[in-house]
Amino acid sequence: MKKGGSILSLFILSLSIMGKAQENAGLKLPVGFKASLFANNIGSARHIAITKSGVIFAKLNNPNKEGNSIVRLEDTNNDGVAEKINGLAKYGGTGIYVKGNSLYASSNEAIFKYDLNSKDEVVNPLTPLTVVSGLIDRREHNSKSITLDMANNIYVNIGAYSNACQEKNRMPGSQGMKPCPILDSAGGIWKFDGSKQNQTYKDGKRYATGLRNVIGLDWNTQTNQLFVAQHGRDQLNSFYPNLYTDAQNAELPAETFYAINEGDNAGWPYVYYDPIQHKKIVAPEYGGDSKMEGSAEFKDPAVAFPAHMAPMAVLFYTGDQFPAKYKNGAFISFHGSWNRAPLPQEGFFVAFVPFKDGKATGEWEIFANGFAGMEEGVKVTNTGKAKARPCGLALGPDGSIYVSDDTKGAIFKISYNK
Amino acid sequence: MGNKVEKSIKALCFCIIMILSTNCVQAQNLINGKKIFETRCLVCHQSDGGGVPNMNPPLDGSTNVNGKDIARLVKIIQNGYDERVALDGMYYNNAMTGNPDLKEDAIADVLSYIRNTWSNKAGLVTITEVKKAIIKNKLNKK
Repeated sequence: MKKGGSILSLFILSLSIMGKAQENAGLKLPVGFKASLFANNIGSARHIAITKSGVIFAKLNNPNKEGNSIVRLEDTNNDGVAEKINGLAKYGGTGIYVKGNSLYASSNEAIFKYDLNSKDEVVNPLTPLTVVSGLIDRREHNSKSITLDMANNIYVNIGAYSNACQEKNRMPGSQGMKPCPILDSAGGIWKFDGSKQNQTYKDGKRYATGLRNVIGLDWNTQTNQLFVAQHGRDQLNSFYPNLYTDAQNAELPAETFYAINEGDNAGWPYVYYDPIQHKKIVAPEYGGDSKMEGSAEFKDPAVAFPAHMAPMAVLFYTGDQFPAKYKNGAFISFHGSWNRAPLPQEGFFVAFVPFKDGKATGEWEIFANGFAGMEEGVKVTNTGKAKARPCGLALGPDGSIYVSDDTKGAIFKISYNK
Repeated sequence: MGNKVEKSIKALCFCIIMILSTNCVQAQNLINGKKIFETRCLVCHQSDGGGVPNMNPPLDGSTNVNGKDIARLVKIIQNGYDERVALDGMYYNNAMTGNPDLKEDAIADVLSYIRNTWSNKAGLVTITEVKKAIIKNKLNKK
Protein backbone atom coordinates (compact mmCIF):
# COMPACT_ATOMS: atom_id res chain seq x y z
CA MET A 1 0.00 0.00 0.00
CA LYS A 2 2.68 2.37 1.12
CA LYS A 3 4.88 1.28 -1.79
CA GLY A 4 1.99 1.77 -4.22
CA GLY A 5 1.45 5.23 -2.85
CA SER A 6 5.06 6.25 -3.32
CA ILE A 7 5.08 4.90 -6.86
CA LEU A 8 1.92 6.85 -7.58
CA SER A 9 3.40 10.05 -6.15
CA LEU A 10 6.57 9.45 -8.16
CA PHE A 11 4.41 9.03 -11.26
CA ILE A 12 2.55 12.27 -10.51
CA LEU A 13 5.85 14.04 -9.82
CA SER A 14 7.36 12.87 -13.10
CA LEU A 15 4.21 13.92 -14.94
CA SER A 16 4.41 17.38 -13.41
CA ILE A 17 8.13 17.65 -14.31
CA MET A 18 7.34 16.66 -17.89
CA GLY A 19 4.50 19.18 -17.95
CA LYS A 20 6.83 21.88 -16.65
CA ALA A 21 9.47 21.15 -19.28
CA GLN A 22 6.97 21.83 -22.02
CA GLU A 23 5.54 24.94 -20.43
CA ASN A 24 6.76 28.04 -22.33
CA ALA A 25 8.73 25.78 -24.70
CA GLY A 26 11.18 25.18 -21.86
CA LEU A 27 12.03 28.87 -21.40
CA LYS A 28 12.18 30.80 -18.15
CA LEU A 29 10.50 34.20 -18.51
CA PRO A 30 9.46 37.11 -16.28
CA VAL A 31 5.97 36.88 -14.74
CA GLY A 32 3.19 37.44 -17.25
CA PHE A 33 5.19 36.33 -20.30
CA LYS A 34 4.61 33.10 -22.22
CA ALA A 35 6.51 31.38 -25.02
CA SER A 36 5.65 28.92 -27.76
CA LEU A 37 7.85 26.88 -30.07
CA PHE A 38 6.99 28.67 -33.32
CA ALA A 39 9.11 26.30 -35.44
CA ASN A 40 11.83 23.70 -34.97
CA ASN A 41 14.51 21.92 -37.01
CA ILE A 42 14.38 24.44 -39.87
CA GLY A 43 18.22 24.53 -40.18
CA SER A 44 20.94 26.76 -38.67
CA ALA A 45 18.70 29.82 -38.21
CA ARG A 46 20.85 32.93 -37.75
CA HIS A 47 19.06 36.29 -38.05
CA ILE A 48 15.31 36.60 -38.58
CA ALA A 49 13.12 39.37 -40.03
CA ILE A 50 9.35 39.86 -39.99
CA THR A 51 7.03 41.55 -42.49
CA LYS A 52 4.12 43.82 -41.55
CA SER A 53 1.71 40.88 -41.98
CA GLY A 54 3.78 38.69 -39.63
CA VAL A 55 5.57 36.43 -42.14
CA ILE A 56 9.02 35.46 -40.81
CA PHE A 57 12.13 35.04 -42.92
CA ALA A 58 15.07 33.19 -41.31
CA LYS A 59 18.60 33.27 -42.76
CA LEU A 60 20.44 29.96 -42.41
CA ASN A 61 24.18 29.64 -41.92
CA ASN A 62 24.18 26.70 -44.36
CA PRO A 63 21.48 25.36 -46.70
CA ASN A 64 19.07 23.03 -44.84
CA LYS A 65 18.14 19.50 -45.94
CA GLU A 66 15.69 20.96 -48.47
CA GLY A 67 18.63 22.92 -49.94
CA ASN A 68 17.29 26.33 -48.86
CA SER A 69 19.20 28.98 -46.95
CA ILE A 70 16.33 31.43 -46.48
CA VAL A 71 13.25 29.93 -44.81
CA ARG A 72 9.83 31.61 -45.02
CA LEU A 73 7.48 30.80 -42.13
CA GLU A 74 3.82 31.70 -41.80
CA ASP A 75 1.45 31.13 -38.87
CA THR A 76 -1.75 30.92 -40.95
CA ASN A 77 -4.17 30.13 -38.08
CA ASN A 78 -2.52 32.45 -35.53
CA ASP A 79 -1.86 29.76 -32.91
CA GLY A 80 1.78 30.72 -32.25
CA VAL A 81 3.14 27.90 -34.43
CA ALA A 82 4.16 28.20 -38.12
CA GLU A 83 2.13 25.93 -40.40
CA LYS A 84 3.32 27.08 -43.82
CA ILE A 85 7.10 26.68 -44.20
CA ASN A 86 9.08 26.91 -47.45
CA GLY A 87 12.32 28.41 -48.62
CA LEU A 88 14.67 29.82 -51.23
CA ALA A 89 18.33 30.74 -51.90
CA LYS A 90 21.40 28.46 -51.86
CA TYR A 91 24.00 30.62 -50.09
CA GLY A 92 24.69 30.41 -46.36
CA GLY A 93 24.90 33.56 -44.29
CA THR A 94 23.61 35.49 -41.29
CA GLY A 95 22.01 38.80 -42.24
CA ILE A 96 18.35 39.34 -43.14
CA TYR A 97 16.20 42.46 -43.01
CA VAL A 98 12.74 43.48 -44.22
CA LYS A 99 12.12 47.07 -45.27
CA GLY A 100 8.73 47.76 -46.87
CA ASN A 101 8.40 45.39 -49.82
CA SER A 102 12.11 44.60 -49.93
CA LEU A 103 13.83 41.61 -48.35
CA TYR A 104 17.59 42.00 -47.87
CA ALA A 105 19.75 38.94 -47.16
CA SER A 106 23.51 38.49 -46.86
CA SER A 107 25.97 35.76 -47.72
CA ASN A 108 29.40 35.95 -46.08
CA GLU A 109 30.61 38.30 -48.85
CA ALA A 110 27.59 40.01 -50.41
CA ILE A 111 24.16 41.55 -49.78
CA PHE A 112 21.18 40.71 -52.01
CA LYS A 113 17.72 42.26 -52.33
CA TYR A 114 14.45 40.47 -53.17
CA ASP A 115 10.97 41.87 -53.85
CA LEU A 116 7.91 40.82 -51.84
CA ASN A 117 4.37 40.77 -53.25
CA SER A 118 1.17 41.71 -51.38
CA LYS A 119 1.15 38.27 -49.67
CA ASP A 120 4.77 38.73 -48.56
CA GLU A 121 5.97 36.03 -50.95
CA VAL A 122 9.33 36.46 -52.68
CA VAL A 123 8.72 37.42 -56.30
CA ASN A 124 12.26 36.80 -57.58
CA PRO A 125 13.78 33.94 -55.53
CA LEU A 126 16.34 33.09 -58.26
CA THR A 127 17.15 36.61 -59.44
CA PRO A 128 17.78 38.93 -56.51
CA LEU A 129 19.55 42.24 -57.10
CA THR A 130 23.12 42.39 -55.83
CA VAL A 131 23.32 45.43 -53.56
CA VAL A 132 26.94 44.93 -52.42
CA SER A 133 29.55 42.29 -53.24
CA GLY A 134 33.23 41.58 -52.70
CA LEU A 135 33.21 41.96 -48.90
CA ILE A 136 36.08 40.17 -47.19
CA ASP A 137 35.47 36.57 -46.12
CA ARG A 138 38.52 34.93 -44.55
CA ARG A 139 36.55 32.40 -42.47
CA GLU A 140 37.09 33.83 -39.01
CA HIS A 141 34.28 36.31 -38.14
CA ASN A 142 32.93 36.19 -41.68
CA SER A 143 29.20 36.69 -41.07
CA LYS A 144 27.76 39.90 -42.49
CA SER A 145 25.00 41.23 -40.28
CA ILE A 146 22.85 44.02 -41.72
CA THR A 147 20.48 46.73 -40.60
CA LEU A 148 18.93 49.74 -42.36
CA ASP A 149 18.28 53.28 -41.16
CA MET A 150 15.20 55.35 -41.95
CA ALA A 151 16.86 56.87 -45.04
CA ASN A 152 17.43 53.42 -46.60
CA ASN A 153 21.15 53.28 -45.88
CA ILE A 154 22.40 49.80 -45.12
CA TYR A 155 24.95 49.12 -42.36
CA VAL A 156 26.97 45.92 -42.57
CA ASN A 157 29.43 44.45 -40.13
CA ILE A 158 32.70 43.26 -41.63
CA GLY A 159 34.35 41.24 -38.86
CA ALA A 160 38.13 41.17 -38.40
CA TYR A 161 39.61 37.90 -39.64
CA SER A 162 41.78 37.74 -36.53
CA ASN A 163 41.67 37.55 -32.75
CA ALA A 164 44.03 40.39 -31.86
CA CYS A 165 45.68 41.46 -35.16
CA GLN A 166 48.89 39.58 -34.36
CA GLU A 167 51.50 39.11 -37.09
CA LYS A 168 50.53 35.42 -36.90
CA ASN A 169 46.91 34.96 -35.83
CA ARG A 170 46.43 33.15 -32.52
CA MET A 171 50.14 32.32 -32.20
CA PRO A 172 51.65 32.68 -28.72
CA GLY A 173 54.24 35.44 -28.59
CA SER A 174 53.32 36.96 -31.96
CA GLN A 175 53.16 40.76 -31.65
CA GLY A 176 50.22 42.96 -32.60
CA MET A 177 50.63 44.85 -35.88
CA LYS A 178 50.56 48.65 -35.64
CA PRO A 179 48.76 50.05 -37.48
CA CYS A 180 46.57 46.99 -37.81
CA PRO A 181 46.26 46.45 -41.60
CA ILE A 182 42.99 44.54 -41.21
CA LEU A 183 41.13 47.74 -40.32
CA ASP A 184 41.25 49.05 -43.92
CA SER A 185 38.70 46.48 -45.04
CA ALA A 186 37.34 44.79 -41.91
CA GLY A 187 36.98 45.19 -38.15
CA GLY A 188 34.19 47.76 -38.46
CA ILE A 189 30.80 48.78 -39.79
CA TRP A 190 30.47 49.86 -43.43
CA LYS A 191 27.63 51.98 -44.81
CA PHE A 192 26.12 51.49 -48.28
CA ASP A 193 23.08 52.83 -50.13
CA GLY A 194 20.30 50.25 -49.74
CA SER A 195 18.61 51.37 -52.96
CA LYS A 196 21.68 51.05 -55.25
CA GLN A 197 23.04 47.95 -56.99
CA ASN A 198 26.46 46.40 -57.54
CA GLN A 199 28.32 48.37 -54.90
CA THR A 200 31.76 47.37 -53.64
CA TYR A 201 34.09 48.75 -50.97
CA LYS A 202 34.79 51.91 -53.02
CA ASP A 203 31.07 52.82 -53.09
CA GLY A 204 30.65 52.46 -49.34
CA LYS A 205 32.06 54.23 -46.33
CA ARG A 206 33.72 52.90 -43.21
CA TYR A 207 31.13 54.16 -40.69
CA ALA A 208 32.82 52.92 -37.51
CA THR A 209 36.07 51.06 -36.84
CA GLY A 210 37.95 49.22 -34.11
CA LEU A 211 35.17 46.65 -33.76
CA ARG A 212 36.56 43.11 -33.76
CA ASN A 213 33.34 41.36 -34.68
CA VAL A 214 29.79 42.63 -34.49
CA ILE A 215 26.98 40.21 -35.16
CA GLY A 216 24.18 42.06 -33.38
CA LEU A 217 23.32 45.54 -34.61
CA ASP A 218 20.11 47.58 -34.88
CA TRP A 219 19.10 51.09 -35.83
CA ASN A 220 17.44 52.94 -32.97
CA THR A 221 14.58 54.80 -34.69
CA GLN A 222 13.86 56.85 -31.56
CA THR A 223 17.32 58.43 -31.42
CA ASN A 224 18.21 57.86 -35.09
CA GLN A 225 21.44 56.09 -34.12
CA LEU A 226 23.21 52.81 -34.77
CA PHE A 227 23.80 50.44 -31.83
CA VAL A 228 26.17 47.48 -32.07
CA ALA A 229 27.26 44.65 -29.78
CA GLN A 230 30.88 43.49 -30.11
CA HIS A 231 32.41 40.05 -29.51
CA GLY A 232 35.50 40.75 -27.43
CA ARG A 233 38.85 39.05 -27.99
CA ASP A 234 39.68 35.53 -26.79
CA GLN A 235 42.50 33.65 -25.09
CA LEU A 236 44.22 36.20 -22.81
CA ASN A 237 45.25 33.38 -20.47
CA SER A 238 46.28 30.96 -23.25
CA PHE A 239 48.76 33.43 -24.76
CA TYR A 240 49.72 35.40 -21.63
CA PRO A 241 49.56 32.98 -18.69
CA ASN A 242 51.96 35.20 -16.76
CA LEU A 243 49.47 38.10 -16.94
CA TYR A 244 46.08 36.37 -16.79
CA THR A 245 44.79 33.35 -14.86
CA ASP A 246 42.04 31.07 -16.21
CA ALA A 247 39.61 32.76 -13.81
CA GLN A 248 40.62 36.24 -15.04
CA ASN A 249 40.29 35.20 -18.67
CA ALA A 250 36.76 33.95 -17.93
CA GLU A 251 35.82 37.53 -16.95
CA LEU A 252 37.94 39.47 -19.50
CA PRO A 253 37.30 41.35 -21.64
CA ALA A 254 33.69 42.59 -21.46
CA GLU A 255 31.30 41.95 -24.32
CA THR A 256 30.50 45.56 -25.19
CA PHE A 257 27.41 47.39 -26.45
CA TYR A 258 28.05 50.73 -28.18
CA ALA A 259 25.95 53.72 -29.25
CA ILE A 260 27.74 54.46 -32.52
CA ASN A 261 28.24 57.82 -34.20
CA GLU A 262 29.84 58.14 -37.63
CA GLY A 263 33.64 57.94 -37.35
CA ASP A 264 33.71 56.21 -33.97
CA ASN A 265 36.63 53.94 -33.07
CA ALA A 266 36.04 51.28 -30.41
CA GLY A 267 39.76 50.49 -30.16
CA TRP A 268 40.19 46.90 -31.32
CA PRO A 269 42.88 45.48 -31.49
CA TYR A 270 44.82 48.02 -29.41
CA VAL A 271 42.60 48.02 -26.31
CA TYR A 272 39.92 45.91 -24.67
CA TYR A 273 37.32 46.88 -22.07
CA ASP A 274 37.86 45.54 -18.54
CA PRO A 275 34.45 45.37 -16.79
CA ILE A 276 36.01 45.06 -13.33
CA GLN A 277 38.41 48.04 -13.55
CA HIS A 278 35.83 49.89 -15.76
CA LYS A 279 38.68 50.91 -18.06
CA LYS A 280 40.01 50.40 -21.55
CA ILE A 281 43.16 48.36 -21.11
CA VAL A 282 46.05 48.07 -23.60
CA ALA A 283 46.05 44.59 -25.20
CA PRO A 284 49.06 42.44 -24.25
CA GLU A 285 49.94 42.07 -27.96
CA TYR A 286 50.53 45.85 -27.89
CA GLY A 287 52.62 45.96 -24.74
CA GLY A 288 49.81 45.89 -22.15
CA ASP A 289 50.32 44.34 -18.71
CA SER A 290 46.62 43.88 -17.78
CA LYS A 291 46.59 47.27 -15.99
CA MET A 292 48.01 49.85 -18.42
CA GLU A 293 45.17 52.12 -19.51
CA GLY A 294 44.49 52.66 -23.22
CA SER A 295 44.05 55.90 -25.15
CA ALA A 296 41.00 58.08 -24.42
CA GLU A 297 40.43 58.45 -28.19
CA PHE A 298 38.68 55.08 -28.15
CA LYS A 299 34.98 54.85 -27.41
CA ASP A 300 33.54 53.68 -24.09
CA PRO A 301 30.72 51.14 -24.17
CA ALA A 302 27.13 52.03 -23.28
CA VAL A 303 26.86 48.69 -21.46
CA ALA A 304 29.57 46.17 -20.52
CA PHE A 305 28.44 42.54 -20.31
CA PRO A 306 30.32 39.56 -18.86
CA ALA A 307 33.05 38.17 -21.10
CA HIS A 308 32.75 35.71 -24.01
CA MET A 309 28.93 35.37 -23.96
CA ALA A 310 28.75 36.23 -27.69
CA PRO A 311 26.01 38.81 -28.42
CA MET A 312 24.23 37.73 -31.62
CA ALA A 313 21.40 40.21 -32.22
CA VAL A 314 20.13 43.57 -30.98
CA LEU A 315 16.43 44.49 -31.13
CA PHE A 316 14.95 47.78 -30.01
CA TYR A 317 11.49 47.12 -28.64
CA THR A 318 9.12 49.53 -30.38
CA GLY A 319 6.05 47.32 -29.91
CA ASP A 320 3.07 48.05 -27.68
CA GLN A 321 2.38 44.61 -26.20
CA PHE A 322 5.03 44.39 -23.44
CA PRO A 323 4.88 46.40 -20.18
CA ALA A 324 5.98 50.06 -20.37
CA LYS A 325 9.52 49.45 -19.04
CA TYR A 326 10.43 47.56 -22.23
CA LYS A 327 9.39 50.36 -24.61
CA ASN A 328 12.39 51.59 -26.63
CA GLY A 329 14.78 49.43 -24.61
CA ALA A 330 17.03 46.84 -26.29
CA PHE A 331 16.90 43.07 -26.26
CA ILE A 332 20.25 41.35 -26.87
CA SER A 333 20.58 37.63 -27.56
CA PHE A 334 23.64 35.81 -26.19
CA HIS A 335 24.80 32.68 -28.01
CA GLY A 336 26.71 31.35 -24.98
CA SER A 337 30.47 31.25 -24.44
CA TRP A 338 33.23 28.72 -25.12
CA ASN A 339 36.34 30.67 -24.07
CA ARG A 340 35.40 30.64 -20.37
CA ALA A 341 36.64 27.01 -20.24
CA PRO A 342 37.91 25.42 -18.03
CA LEU A 343 35.38 27.43 -15.99
CA PRO A 344 31.65 26.87 -16.67
CA GLN A 345 30.19 28.64 -19.69
CA GLU A 346 27.81 31.65 -19.53
CA GLY A 347 25.18 33.20 -21.76
CA PHE A 348 22.61 31.15 -23.70
CA PHE A 349 19.92 33.75 -22.86
CA VAL A 350 18.22 36.91 -24.08
CA ALA A 351 19.04 40.01 -22.04
CA PHE A 352 17.11 43.25 -21.72
CA VAL A 353 18.86 46.64 -21.60
CA PRO A 354 16.64 49.45 -20.25
CA PHE A 355 16.85 52.83 -22.01
CA LYS A 356 15.92 56.24 -20.61
CA ASP A 357 15.65 59.30 -22.88
CA GLY A 358 17.35 57.42 -25.72
CA LYS A 359 20.33 56.31 -23.62
CA ALA A 360 21.15 52.95 -22.06
CA THR A 361 21.02 53.21 -18.28
CA GLY A 362 24.05 50.89 -18.04
CA GLU A 363 21.95 48.24 -16.29
CA TRP A 364 20.88 44.94 -17.81
CA GLU A 365 18.90 41.88 -16.81
CA ILE A 366 18.23 38.39 -18.08
CA PHE A 367 14.88 38.39 -19.91
CA ALA A 368 14.56 34.86 -21.33
CA ASN A 369 16.65 31.94 -20.15
CA GLY A 370 16.64 28.16 -20.39
CA PHE A 371 17.55 27.82 -24.09
CA ALA A 372 20.45 25.47 -23.33
CA GLY A 373 18.02 22.97 -21.78
CA MET A 374 20.07 22.39 -18.64
CA GLU A 375 18.48 21.36 -15.37
CA GLU A 376 17.79 24.07 -12.77
CA GLY A 377 21.05 25.42 -11.37
CA VAL A 378 23.29 23.45 -13.77
CA LYS A 379 25.62 25.42 -16.02
CA VAL A 380 26.77 24.47 -19.49
CA THR A 381 30.32 23.08 -19.31
CA ASN A 382 30.81 22.16 -22.95
CA THR A 383 29.33 24.59 -25.45
CA GLY A 384 28.40 21.87 -27.95
CA LYS A 385 26.05 20.31 -25.39
CA ALA A 386 23.67 23.32 -25.31
CA LYS A 387 20.35 22.22 -26.80
CA ALA A 388 19.59 25.65 -28.25
CA ARG A 389 21.70 28.80 -28.59
CA PRO A 390 19.87 32.14 -28.98
CA CYS A 391 20.78 33.96 -32.19
CA GLY A 392 18.34 36.14 -34.16
CA LEU A 393 15.72 38.49 -32.71
CA ALA A 394 12.73 40.10 -34.39
CA LEU A 395 9.60 42.05 -33.45
CA GLY A 396 6.22 40.79 -34.67
CA PRO A 397 3.38 43.11 -35.75
CA ASP A 398 1.42 42.23 -32.58
CA GLY A 399 4.34 43.22 -30.33
CA SER A 400 5.54 39.66 -29.61
CA ILE A 401 9.24 38.99 -30.08
CA TYR A 402 10.83 35.99 -31.78
CA VAL A 403 14.17 34.34 -30.96
CA SER A 404 15.95 31.97 -33.35
CA ASP A 405 18.39 29.17 -32.51
CA ASP A 406 21.14 28.12 -34.93
CA THR A 407 21.82 24.72 -33.34
CA LYS A 408 18.81 22.74 -34.50
CA GLY A 409 16.85 25.64 -35.93
CA ALA A 410 14.16 26.47 -33.40
CA ILE A 411 12.19 29.71 -33.39
CA PHE A 412 10.58 30.77 -30.09
CA LYS A 413 7.72 33.26 -29.90
CA ILE A 414 7.53 35.28 -26.65
CA SER A 415 4.38 37.24 -25.78
CA TYR A 416 2.96 39.09 -22.80
CA ASN A 417 -0.40 38.13 -21.27
CA LYS A 418 -2.23 41.23 -20.25
CA MET B 1 63.56 -30.76 -14.52
CA GLY B 2 63.68 -28.35 -11.58
CA ASN B 3 65.82 -26.07 -13.68
CA LYS B 4 63.21 -26.03 -16.41
CA VAL B 5 60.43 -25.03 -14.00
CA GLU B 6 62.66 -22.31 -12.59
CA LYS B 7 63.38 -21.03 -16.09
CA SER B 8 59.70 -21.01 -16.97
CA ILE B 9 58.83 -19.13 -13.79
CA LYS B 10 61.60 -16.63 -14.52
CA ALA B 11 60.33 -16.18 -18.05
CA LEU B 12 56.78 -15.78 -16.79
CA CYS B 13 57.86 -13.19 -14.22
CA PHE B 14 59.78 -11.33 -16.92
CA CYS B 15 56.70 -11.30 -19.11
CA ILE B 16 54.48 -10.02 -16.30
CA ILE B 17 56.97 -7.26 -15.44
CA MET B 18 57.21 -6.29 -19.11
CA ILE B 19 53.43 -6.15 -19.49
CA LEU B 20 53.03 -4.19 -16.24
CA SER B 21 55.78 -1.74 -17.09
CA THR B 22 54.47 -1.24 -20.63
CA ASN B 23 51.06 -0.53 -19.13
CA CYS B 24 52.68 1.85 -16.68
CA VAL B 25 54.44 3.64 -19.51
CA GLN B 26 51.15 3.83 -21.40
CA ALA B 27 49.32 5.17 -18.34
CA GLN B 28 52.08 7.74 -17.84
CA ASN B 29 51.78 8.74 -21.51
CA LEU B 30 48.07 9.28 -21.10
CA ILE B 31 48.51 11.28 -17.87
CA ASN B 32 51.06 13.56 -19.60
CA GLY B 33 48.80 13.76 -22.63
CA LYS B 34 45.85 14.81 -20.49
CA LYS B 35 47.94 17.56 -18.87
CA ILE B 36 48.99 18.92 -22.27
CA PHE B 37 45.40 18.69 -23.55
CA GLU B 38 44.09 20.62 -20.55
CA THR B 39 46.61 23.44 -20.83
CA ARG B 40 46.68 23.84 -24.61
CA CYS B 41 43.66 22.25 -26.29
CA LEU B 42 40.70 22.13 -23.90
CA VAL B 43 39.72 25.77 -24.20
CA CYS B 44 38.79 25.43 -27.89
CA HIS B 45 38.05 21.71 -28.23
CA GLN B 46 36.24 21.64 -24.83
CA SER B 47 36.60 19.09 -22.02
CA ASP B 48 34.26 16.61 -23.74
CA GLY B 49 36.26 16.88 -26.99
CA GLY B 50 33.04 18.10 -28.62
CA GLY B 51 34.46 21.39 -29.96
CA VAL B 52 32.28 24.46 -30.63
CA PRO B 53 29.79 24.38 -33.52
CA ASN B 54 30.97 26.34 -36.59
CA MET B 55 34.14 27.50 -34.80
CA ASN B 56 36.36 24.76 -33.36
CA PRO B 57 36.02 21.16 -34.63
CA PRO B 58 35.34 18.19 -32.32
CA LEU B 59 38.13 15.71 -31.54
CA ASP B 60 35.70 13.12 -30.16
CA GLY B 61 34.54 10.90 -33.00
CA SER B 62 36.64 12.78 -35.58
CA THR B 63 37.67 10.71 -38.61
CA ASN B 64 41.00 12.52 -38.82
CA VAL B 65 41.87 12.18 -35.13
CA ASN B 66 41.08 8.46 -35.22
CA GLY B 67 42.67 7.98 -38.64
CA LYS B 68 45.96 6.48 -39.84
CA ASP B 69 47.56 9.72 -41.08
CA ILE B 70 49.72 10.47 -38.03
CA ALA B 71 51.90 12.84 -40.07
CA ARG B 72 48.92 15.12 -40.73
CA LEU B 73 48.00 15.18 -37.02
CA VAL B 74 51.60 15.96 -36.02
CA LYS B 75 51.74 18.78 -38.56
CA ILE B 76 48.48 20.32 -37.26
CA ILE B 77 49.67 20.16 -33.64
CA GLN B 78 53.02 21.77 -34.55
CA ASN B 79 51.89 24.41 -37.06
CA GLY B 80 48.24 25.02 -36.23
CA TYR B 81 45.54 24.99 -38.88
CA ASP B 82 43.81 27.67 -40.92
CA GLU B 83 42.22 26.19 -44.03
CA ARG B 84 38.72 26.11 -45.44
CA VAL B 85 38.21 22.36 -45.40
CA ALA B 86 35.12 20.35 -44.44
CA LEU B 87 35.80 18.07 -41.47
CA ASP B 88 33.29 15.21 -41.29
CA GLY B 89 30.98 17.34 -43.44
CA MET B 90 31.15 20.52 -41.33
CA TYR B 91 33.12 23.75 -41.70
CA TYR B 92 34.90 25.47 -38.80
CA ASN B 93 36.01 29.11 -38.89
CA ASN B 94 38.58 29.61 -36.16
CA ALA B 95 42.30 29.42 -36.83
CA MET B 96 44.09 26.88 -34.63
CA THR B 97 47.12 27.92 -32.61
CA GLY B 98 50.34 26.10 -33.45
CA ASN B 99 52.52 24.42 -30.79
CA PRO B 100 56.04 24.71 -32.23
CA ASP B 101 57.55 24.35 -28.75
CA LEU B 102 56.06 20.88 -28.05
CA LYS B 103 58.73 18.13 -27.99
CA GLU B 104 58.34 14.83 -29.85
CA ASP B 105 57.46 12.86 -26.69
CA ALA B 106 54.86 15.47 -25.68
CA ILE B 107 53.28 15.29 -29.15
CA ALA B 108 53.14 11.50 -28.85
CA ASP B 109 51.52 11.81 -25.41
CA VAL B 110 48.85 14.31 -26.40
CA LEU B 111 48.06 12.38 -29.59
CA SER B 112 47.79 9.17 -27.56
CA TYR B 113 45.44 10.94 -25.15
CA ILE B 114 43.06 12.43 -27.71
CA ARG B 115 42.98 9.18 -29.73
CA ASN B 116 42.00 7.16 -26.63
CA THR B 117 39.63 9.44 -24.72
CA TRP B 118 35.84 10.02 -24.93
CA SER B 119 34.58 7.56 -27.57
CA ASN B 120 37.94 7.46 -29.40
CA LYS B 121 39.79 4.11 -29.47
CA ALA B 122 42.45 4.60 -32.12
CA GLY B 123 45.54 3.30 -30.33
CA LEU B 124 48.63 4.96 -28.91
CA VAL B 125 51.17 6.96 -30.87
CA THR B 126 54.86 6.30 -30.18
CA ILE B 127 57.73 8.78 -30.20
CA THR B 128 59.19 6.85 -33.15
CA GLU B 129 55.98 7.42 -35.11
CA VAL B 130 56.11 11.14 -34.29
CA LYS B 131 59.78 11.34 -35.36
CA LYS B 132 58.98 9.58 -38.63
CA ALA B 133 56.01 11.91 -39.18
CA ILE B 134 58.18 15.00 -38.67
CA ILE B 135 60.72 13.72 -41.23
CA LYS B 136 57.91 12.89 -43.66
CA ASN B 137 56.38 16.38 -43.23
CA LYS B 138 59.82 18.00 -43.81
CA LEU B 139 60.32 15.98 -47.02
CA ASN B 140 56.84 16.85 -48.27
CA LYS B 141 57.55 20.51 -47.65
CA LYS B 142 60.58 20.33 -49.95
